[in-house]
Order: sequence, then structure tokens, then C-alpha cells
Amino acid sequence: MSGLDLEKYRDPALARKLVARIAALATAPASLMEVCGTHTMAISQFGIRGLIPKAVRLLSGPGCPVCVTSLGDIDRMIAIARQPGVVLATFGDMVRVPGSAGSLAAARAAGADVRVVYSALDALRIAVEQPAKQVVFAGVGFETTSPTIAATVIEARDRGVGNFSVYPAFKLVPPALEAILSGGRVGIDGFLLPGHVSAIIGSRPYRFIAEQHGVPCVIAGFEPLDILEAIALLLEQRAGAAGASVQNEYSRSVPEQGNPDALKILEQVFQPVDAMWRAIGTIPRSGLGFRPAFARFDAARLFDIAAAPASEPDGCRCGQVMMGLIQPDQCGHFGKTCTPSDPVGPCMVSSEGACAAWFKYGVTA
Amino acid sequence: MGNGKDSMTLAHGSGGRLSHELIEGIFRKRFANPILAQGDDAAEFGIQNSEFRMAYTTDSYVIKPLFFPGGDIGKLAVCGTVNDLAMKGAVPLHLSAGFIIEEGFALDRLERIVDSMAAAAREAEVDIVTGDTKVVEKGGCDGLFVNTSGIGLIPPGVAVSGANARPGDAVIVSGTIGDHSVAVMNARHGFGLSGDLASDVAPLAGLVAAMLAVGGIRALRDPTRGGLATALNEIALQSGVRIGIEEQAVPVRPQVRGACEMLGLDPLYAANEGKLVAVVEAGRAEPVLRAMRRHSYGRDAALIGKIEAGPPGVALLTPLGTRRPLLMLEGEALPRIC
Repeated sequence: MSGLDLEKYRDPALARKLVARIAALATAPASLMEVCGTHTMAISQFGIRGLIPKAVRLLSGPGCPVCVTSLGDIDRMIAIARQPGVVLATFGDMVRVPGSAGSLAAARAAGADVRVVYSALDALRIAVEQPAKQVVFAGVGFETTSPTIAATVIEARDRGVGNFSVYPAFKLVPPALEAILSGGRVGIDGFLLPGHVSAIIGSRPYRFIAEQHGVPCVIAGFEPLDILEAIALLLEQRAGAAGASVQNEYSRSVPEQGNPDALKILEQVFQPVDAMWRAIGTIPRSGLGFRPAFARFDAARLFDIAAAPASEPDGCRCGQVMMGLIQPDQCGHFGKTCTPSDPVGPCMVSSEGACAAWFKYGVTA
Repeated sequence: MGNGKDSMTLAHGSGGRLSHELIEGIFRKRFANPILAQGDDAAEFGIQNSEFRMAYTTDSYVIKPLFFPGGDIGKLAVCGTVNDLAMKGAVPLHLSAGFIIEEGFALDRLERIVDSMAAAAREAEVDIVTGDTKVVEKGGCDGLFVNTSGIGLIPPGVAVSGANARPGDAVIVSGTIGDHSVAVMNARHGFGLSGDLASDVAPLAGLVAAMLAVGGIRALRDPTRGGLATALNEIALQSGVRIGIEEQAVPVRPQVRGACEMLGLDPLYAANEGKLVAVVEAGRAEPVLRAMRRHSYGRDAALIGKIEAGPPGVALLTPLGTRRPLLMLEGEALPRIC
């Protein structure tokens, strides 16, 4: 059913061999950043930190799409959801993320029509079934998610659906990595690059990391052995004489050129725009906006809602967690005033957030 | 922060930590009495001049969709209450059934549901002896909700409670986990997952009787909402023990594991409606397992761990040989988006 023999990627004997290889390579401290929430979860779920030498630190990056959605975008989505006649359709992870005043869940409890869907196509279906409603899809996600949403917009256009729109809060991964590297606030000895995103964009967009910044990169799958293998490869690149490069550990799913069809659809509907990342700030050309030809599907334009200035909750350090500056349990709220059922910041809400992973799997530094 | 703390959220009904906080904070302190304080799936109390004790429980069913592969809301409503009685070691006797039905609900669908309840009651050897029907205006409920309550008799000598686990005891699960959750999610959201995904909904009183006949049964739980992880945490808390579980020993059907991987769900937190987890005296574990495997609802029964001394909680041995805490479900279990 999964199309994969999962056991093969969880074999304890192979894991021990990889751990020994990593131990031999970990001659100096190394900070490796995983840039995908699914990696963050897998590392915690399988207790990988407990297997590898302490000298190898695993940092979480800005790889959780819900976590990086700006307060302003969340506030505007909530404001749109509160408009009469609007159905706001969203992935489940977004519902409980706190904005500057409440969440979509709170708006739903107060009467807004907020529905959890599992794809943008589900939202389009609601629009077709309920022509009197304006159905707005909360467009959150990285390059993995945005092509399917672009395809849904094209389908809406082709079928002449006039009551469907998307609030574009999409983010792009490579510009965020550029921002982390050029910010220079955290020393990174290697990037564990996201397998799912790379399956769409391929390996070329990451080359600048190795070529301009000299930082090793490995595209990795999500099984424990994938992650251990990628850690070993990153340390080998660091130790080797050949210099940094972008290696592909996940070649069973990631072709070098990515998925050209998906990229074509993406480029047909969206174009890069400057985007605000929660608790991080604006990163040039790091988001996606509608191209003029598809402007009538742009919920940000249809519902012209000004963003009131918003500030992060007191003491919330999600931004520093997402930039790899601190580990989750270094935040004073963690596990005390901030838990998955009563979260203060976004990293504790999303099932891909670093704080949620640490809490759920009982990780401590 | 206005995150809905002053009103109910869906997470309050997930069976996880927020559900527990709701029960403790709103209900238990107001209804306070020694029987309620037992904290098991069914309440247990004595009968005058009898060696038998009584088990009593109730549950409401609001599942969407009403019909799903492997069952429907009617079968679920009978099995759920029968199982809650069985988890006290009780022989289920009589059930009540209350229906809240939305105006406009098709009668033939109601008949299918009631037929299925009757069939499940026959299989579980219980009678539905009293009932109630309310019809609400359109929009007043979503199709049909069912409540059942049930009574059962606990034979002399049977003492099964989540508070009875002792260090050294074995932990057994009666079969594959996650089947119900994945089948219902697939039916509800049309994920289009192929493979034979079906709910495991089944009455477990017969299986429990076979286990009790062997003896050594200390605690039983049916891991419904919140899944196996939450059921184990409840036992650990009630008994004040640590439970060590080996992840690879927990049976999960490959198609369910595949669906969970795809959706970002953890089978350990997925709901089951025809499974139980048992804490058994170490010396009886093997004969109990053999008896379970002879029963049609226990064919895939497996030893998954043991009770240890230590601070209350559950520790999971991962396939890689690392050990990590296995916590109660937090909030709603949601598929990932990336």
C-alpha cells in the first residue's frame, strides 16, 4: 500500500552500522539543520538524538509551513472567515494556530464557517456544491503543497467556478535558507534538505548553499535510516577534500530536475513575491502571489482587509527555534505555559512544529 | 490569549488530555462519589445479598459517516457499550438505546441502522430492553446520534481494573491497531486509499470470557479514542506504574501503516473499536495469549510489553533500539499537510 518496504529503512542492525560511521566522523562539534517539519518529527519519534554522538547537534529550521505563516496572514484569514457567507477551508494544522487575537478554532466556536479539508480540491468541491457561499482556501505550504493548489485554481477556472478563491500565504524553501546563511547568526555545518519539497524543485535550487556558502547539503528521505545516512554523508562532506556539494540520499523519490510538470503548473498560476515569515521577518522573493491572469482567485485581493499591527505573544521564542538559535526547551514557556493542547506559539501547534515534536516525544536537550 | 479557552473545542472530545481535563474540571468534581471515582470504562457496584457485582456504563455515538466499511453507527453503539462492560470483566446483560434523529432522515437508513444494532446485540448475547426517540428540526443535529447504556454482571472472584497493574505483569493487545480510525477517515474524506481498509468494530465480551477462564487478568481497556497510547497511559496513571512497550511488537496491518505514513498519523494514537489491551500476571501470559488466539477476535493477539516499577508513564522502545516516552494524545489527531 505504501509502495515502500518500510522495515528496510528501520533495520536496527543497519542503523547500528550507520551510527558507528557517524561516531567515527564526529571528531569535532557539528551543527546540522533539518529544514523540514517531517524530519523534525522523525528525528524525535525514533530518538535519533539519543543514538548519535553529542558532538552532532540537530537544529530545526523554518520547515513547518504553519509555523512560518505570519501573524498578519493568520489575522486576515480569521477576518475573512468571519465575513458573512464565507466558508474558510483549511488544512487541519492551521485551525489552532494563535493569531494576534484568537485562532480559526476560536472563530469557528464563535460561529464562523471554518472547515478542515485534506486538499484544495475538497475546498473546490464545497464551492461547487454551495454556489451561494464564497469558499476561501487558506493557501499555506511549501513547494510540496503549492503545485496541487495551483492545479486546483486552474481547474476552478476551466470549470468556471466563480465562488472559489485562495488566500496565498505560500512559502519557498531556498530563499529561507539563504536568509539563515546570510544572517550569519547561527553557524551551520550542513543542511538536511527536505525530501518532499525536493521531489518538486529538484536539487539545483540548493546549489548556491554549497557553492557560495560552502555548506554541505544532503537531500534526505524521512525514514530513520535515511536520516542517519544523510547525517553521515554531511559529516563526510565536511571531512572530505572535495568541498561542499548537494548530495541526494533520497534518489528513490527525488529526480535531479524535480518534477517539471508540477513546476510548470506552479509558474503558470503563481509568481515569486516578497513574503513575511512569522517571527523571522520579510524575506525577498520567498513567497508566491497570483499572476495577473489568475487575480480573480486571489482572496487577499477579493477581501481587502488591512492588517492591524500584530505582535508575538509575550516571551514566545518560536522565531529563534525556527532559525536554529535555540532548542525548544530553552524557551521559558515550553512544556509549562505552552503545550500542544494549550499552545502559546505556532511551533507547539503544528504537528510538524519543533516544539510539538519535542513535547510529544519527550525530547530534552 | 483568546484561543477558545472559554468554550468547547473539538479537542475536548478527542479522548486525550483535554478530555481528561474536561471530565476532571467540570464533571467529576460536581458529581463526586466513590463509584464515579473508580475511573474505569464502566462503573462497578455491589448488589445487596449477592456475590455478583454490577457494571454500568453509557456512551454516545456521533460518528460521521453513519455507514463505513466494516460497520455503521448502530453496530458501533452496541459494541462500544458491550465492550465497556466487558473491560470490567462483566457479562453484559441489557442495553438501552436512545436516538436523536434529524428531521428529514431517510427511514430506510434508520432501518438499516436498527437492523445492524439487532444483529450486533444477538452476537453479543445482550437484549436492548428500553429506548427513547427524539426528533429534532433540520439542522438540530447531524443526521442521527445514538446513545446506549448497558448493565452487566461481574461474577464472584473477578476483579479487573485499570488500577490493578503490578510490576512484572505482561501487556497484551488483542490484535492489529488503527483499523477503525483509518477506515473511517478514508470513508469520511474520500482519500481513495485502496486495499481492504475496514473498521474492526466487534463485541469483545466473548473474548474476555475466554481470557477470564484462564485467569490472571488484572486490567482491561478498549483503546478507542486516543488509541493504544492513551489507554496505556490511563492504566499507568491508575496503577501508579511504568509500562514498557516494544513498538515493533505492536501489530499494525501493512495497509493501515501505509495510510498512517501517508497522512502523518501515528497508529498508536488511532482509535479502535474491536480491540483490547490487557495486563496479565506474568505467569498466565502465555496461556491467556493462546486462549485469545483461538478466539476469532483475538487471532492476532500479541505480547507487546510489560509493567515496570518507576514513575507512572509509558516508555516506548523504538525499532532503532532507543527508548522514548509515549505520551497521551494531545489535542486532535490531524493529518499533516506537507
